[in-house]
Amino acid sequence: MAERTPLWAVFVLPALLVAVALVMAGLDAVLAAGARNGRPGSLREAAVRATGPGREVLRQLVQQPRRTRASDVPLARIGAGLLPVAAVLAAVVLPLGFRSVSDLPEGIVWFNAMEALAWAAVWLAGWGPNSALSLIGGYRFLAQGLAYELPHMLAITTAALGAESLRVGEVVDAQAGLWFAVWMPAAFGIYLLSAMAMAFWGPFDQPVGHDVAGGAASELSGADRVLFLGGRWLLLVVAAAFSVPLFLGGGHGPLLPGWLWTVLKTAAVLAFLVWARRRVPTLRMDRYLELTWVVLTPLAIVQALVVAVVVLNR
Amino acid sequence: MNVAVFWTLAVLAVVSGVMVFRFDSMARATFSLLASLLCVGGLVVLLGLDYLGIVIVLMMTIEMAIMAVFMVMYMMNPAGLMPMTMMHNKKGAAVVCGLVFLLLAAGILFAPWPARRGKAPADPTMDLGMSLMGPQMLTMMTLGMALFATIVATVVLATRRGRYDRLGDDLRARRADDPVRGGVGR
Repeated sequence: MAERTPLWAVFVLPALLVAVALVMAGLDAVLAAGARNGRPGSLREAAVRATGPGREVLRQLVQQPRRTRASDVPLARIGAGLLPVAAVLAAVVLPLGFRSVSDLPEGIVWFNAMEALAWAAVWLAGWGPNSALSLIGGYRFLAQGLAYELPHMLAITTAALGAESLRVGEVVDAQAGLWFAVWMPAAFGIYLLSAMAMAFWGPFDQPVGHDVAGGAASELSGADRVLFLGGRWLLLVVAAAFSVPLFLGGGHGPLLPGWLWTVLKTAAVLAFLVWARRRVPTLRMDRYLELTWVVLTPLAIVQALVVAVVVLNR
Repeated sequence: MNVAVFWTLAVLAVVSGVMVFRFDSMARATFSLLASLLCVGGLVVLLGLDYLGIVIVLMMTIEMAIMAVFMVMYMMNPAGLMPMTMMHNKKGAAVVCGLVFLLLAAGILFAPWPARRGKAPADPTMDLGMSLMGPQMLTMMTLGMALFATIVATVVLATRRGRYDRLGDDLRARRADDPVRGGVGR
């Protein structure tokens, strides 16, 4: 059972998420530069590459923002701002060790609801600037949402089913012995896929793809761009971190304290996602939609059925 | 505190509901409606029905996002990019809205509400699930089948290509002839 959390955690949570996101963005930048220009010659060069995203943020903040003609500025602003807000709100139920900012009784539904706000956010950011390419990006994300959401919901429901509770803390408690990833491998795999799709990451980066000149983000500049692309990183971090309490046993582990286990497991999942981005080509959404509805959704239902039978016979 | 939150959410819900009819852009109208529904979700949470409130937030967000997809599919106004209003048949709509509002308000004010018997359940989510899966099971099953039939019927009506286009007149083609190559089973 999660203990009560002090109020200052509310302020620490966003800062912590931003720090993790910056570290991961740095790692990704090092990998990207390595793929482009070869291995870094010295430690200093690697450090310069790793601080690239941070410098880019500062550059965007001082740069003159661009405006498109007849753009719907309030909607685009709301869209760009909503993405990080949704990520941080979703993270409220994330336990670090065995403590979360608020262990809501319906934590899993809460996470799902907040993550769905990203649909609205990306579409708004794509629609707002009155530009065809960003509009295409926004609509691509909706198509992607329709593709990933069904098996995703079933996967997180399966974890809740295994713990017989929607409370994230109890899902963690139920994994004191066996991790859910071990006896619900299909749900875990589907969750990892949808975590990437949620943050339009790796093979699912079509909404901000190169073929549409950056898609939903193409016309954003200045603080809007920082919020939107930063919010995407936050979303990736939160989605990856949520797989730890759901499937990887949360803070449970030998010897080390709970919070350290959470950090280690989250880092491992994130590192995997960042690595996977460079290994898998971008997927076209209509193809993925077919895969999710024809293969992954039935698979997730079968997985939920197996878990339900096990739980009923316990 | 609760009173303040109630009034804030209630006023926001009504104002953004009215704004749906004031905006001249489909996108603004759609998301104004979403804002209104999110406030309603907040009000439901305030009533102590956390689960229902959060589910309202979840369902309405996804629903309004899908509305944006329908904007492309069915509107004469591609992608909702051009100005248009939600004010067709303005007078009729206003009369219907007014009447419905009066009817509902009268119902709220004049219905003989029963006094609470017993205490609120410790876990309303659990009770809701028990009710849905117990006494209301038949209702839910019927509702589910009706919704599912509607979805299938809409897709059948909307799709241009049927199985004869895909598999030939005698349905004997070994490979489906689809405009988009690749995917499952091909």
